[in-house]
Amino acid sequence: MSDRPLNKRLTRRRLLAAVPAVGLGATALHAGVPHTHGTAVAAAGEEHAGHGPATGHAAFRGGEVDHRANGFDPHEILRDFDTGKTSRMADGRTLREWTLIASEHEIEIAPGVRFTAWSYNGRIPGPTLRATEGDRLRITFINGGRHPHTIHFHGIHPATMDGVAGSGDGDIAAGGRTVYEFDAAPYGLQLYHCHVRPLAEHIAKGLYGTLIIDPKQPRAKADEMVMVMNGFDTNFDRANELYAANTIGFAYADKPIQVKRGELVRLYLVNILEYDLINSFHLHGNFFDYIPTGTARTASEFTDTVMLCQGQRGILEMRFPNPGRFMFHAHQSEFTELGWMGFFEVSE
Amino acid sequence: MEAGTPTADVAREPAGQGIPSWVLGLVPLLLIIAAVGAFSALGGPGLGERTGPPAEELAIERTKLVPGAIELTVRNDGPDPVSVAQVVVNDAYANFRGAGSPIGRLSSETLVIDHPWNDGEAYSVSLLTSSGGTIAHEIPIAVLTPAADLGFFGLMALLGIYVGVIPIALGMLWLPWIRRIPPSWLRVVMALTVGLLAFLAIDATLEGVELAGEGSQAFGGVALVFLGAAFAYLALTGVGSWLSARRRARAAAGASGSTLALLIAVGIGLHNLGEGLAIGTAYTTGALALGAFLVVGFALHNTTEGLAIVAPIADDPPSLRRLAMLGLVAGAPAVLGAWIGASAFNTSMAAFLFGAGAGAIAQVVVQLAPTLRTPGERGLAPRVVGGLLAGLAIMFATGLLVSV
Repeated sequence: MSDRPLNKRLTRRRLLAAVPAVGLGATALHAGVPHTHGTAVAAAGEEHAGHGPATGHAAFRGGEVDHRANGFDPHEILRDFDTGKTSRMADGRTLREWTLIASEHEIEIAPGVRFTAWSYNGRIPGPTLRATEGDRLRITFINGGRHPHTIHFHGIHPATMDGVAGSGDGDIAAGGRTVYEFDAAPYGLQLYHCHVRPLAEHIAKGLYGTLIIDPKQPRAKADEMVMVMNGFDTNFDRANELYAANTIGFAYADKPIQVKRGELVRLYLVNILEYDLINSFHLHGNFFDYIPTGTARTASEFTDTVMLCQGQRGILEMRFPNPGRFMFHAHQSEFTELGWMGFFEVSE
Repeated sequence: MEAGTPTADVAREPAGQGIPSWVLGLVPLLLIIAAVGAFSALGGPGLGERTGPPAEELAIERTKLVPGAIELTVRNDGPDPVSVAQVVVNDAYANFRGAGSPIGRLSSETLVIDHPWNDGEAYSVSLLTSSGGTIAHEIPIAVLTPAADLGFFGLMALLGIYVGVIPIALGMLWLPWIRRIPPSWLRVVMALTVGLLAFLAIDATLEGVELAGEGSQAFGGVALVFLGAAFAYLALTGVGSWLSARRRARAAAGASGSTLALLIAVGIGLHNLGEGLAIGTAYTTGALALGAFLVVGFALHNTTEGLAIVAPIADDPPSLRRLAMLGLVAGAPAVLGAWIGASAFNTSMAAFLFGAGAGAIAQVVVQLAPTLRTPGERGLAPRVVGGLLAGLAIMFATGLLVSV
């Protein structure tokens, strides 16, 4: 959050406290008069009435957002992996094809709060693309927005496929299209996002997603899920008003993620948060194996907290030995209480 | 025009001679109403959609801190309805009640926000609107808002009496002295009074303008100060003329000193109402440290106001009852102001009252001005000018000690 002209007033008050008698002058009235004046200008919206849950945790008033109207639900995004349209190429390799369409549409970002988002395929984060190391990936990109956009994939690929201005087709104008084609390499947890300037704006409005490249030798079977840690600047002051994993704050707190006791849980964790330097993930009542960028088969750390800068990501593997509710959240308390918080509910 | 109207009037009105004048007066009014009605009913034909997003403006008029909750009374002073969708307190979403539906223009709502606030700490409340805009409100120091019970109103009354009634009554004790001094020195005392009042008028105007600038602009902001000043000035002029005329009719003598004293008392009363407002408000928000110093400061500051009331009636000593009445008119509004300020403070109202105080005092200054001149001479005697300057200086100096 920003908007803190607090220092000025505080200084005044401190002065008053230091000089209690003489300082009473005109200051007392102005420090004491209980009113301020604010102006907010943004896009239109609608009212959403309701009651906040009395959970004892920070929460939105009005419960859940209208996921159906938004066109996506964080609980569905969690375990939704898109392996694309597959076909066999002449050399025997698998060709995977996807179509990603950038568009602008208004979403309910928190109960009663509307935000004009930019997204791939109408959801934030965009589709979780999944391939196996060595596959041929062909992504047709259609720009249905009103600004130029691209898709810039993290990974190893030719310069012309980089999705930045000046390489290949460069910025794709509104209404235009292009095809990004490259081999899936290296295996690990990658991400993609728009790379058109102003970069912060194009990312912050929602143009990003996850690309998982599985190793040829598959990882152990697990209950897999993906969380993209993000935030939203609803008043355009280049600071986030809302924080979340998979866009909707408190979504996994209002409705915990169901997992089985003793079962291997694999979490693909990506940080795309704009405007804040770092983000983090902390798990209650348990520890996890952490594989940075997912580019190894063995964990490099056994911990309960990881810190990631923008674009950093990693795979978390854990088993819950105890049943019950276990919280997870950013260990920036501010982010936690501004939406980035949820629960795993462990059952037998 | 009716029969029997002088021909000169008929000549002024060549058209519509058969129509009663009240009809002619009514027709434009009806046309205006019809035009406005039709325009609204048709949704402003030809104007099209508004350009740009709605402007969402909320003024926080009142902050009340109760155990475990912060209550904000907000008023929409923008052109469009505002929906408060979420509330953030110190970077955390908080549960709240109130404002379940959009707040319409000029409407007000009270939000009760659950937050376990700590005494003496600062809080930043941010109202997140349905369009994602934020309206920030700072609470510089959280202090429990006193419950508006009998004891509290008693305390406010005591405070009002300390700072308003008693000092003015003490100041009025200068009356016997004033009656003995020669006319040339009485003019100096009058000059001192005008100086005091001029300072109060300027001070009230500045306070009002500052207050109006901070608060809701829905009801006119700074314009309210000047509206209040004009209103009080004209009202007192009217009342003064009426009182003088009545007295002349009764006594056939220009006993304007008594009227003037009453007008000064009313003007000072309005000013003290503003002071009381400020004291009450500051007290409830914890910004005011009650203590002997405050009361002593106010006593010094306001004692001179008592002198101002009695100066014009030196020649015409009124009854003790009348003197007491004048003292109460001038001082008691401080009590009323403290009550209002502590229980139902509204910036717009306060700005208007400060303006009214300034206007009332200005009117009194205009009334007093002629008495400063030595009869038969032009310009002001040097010691009269000295008196004016001394009046300004006294108010400035005592104002430095204490003013709220």
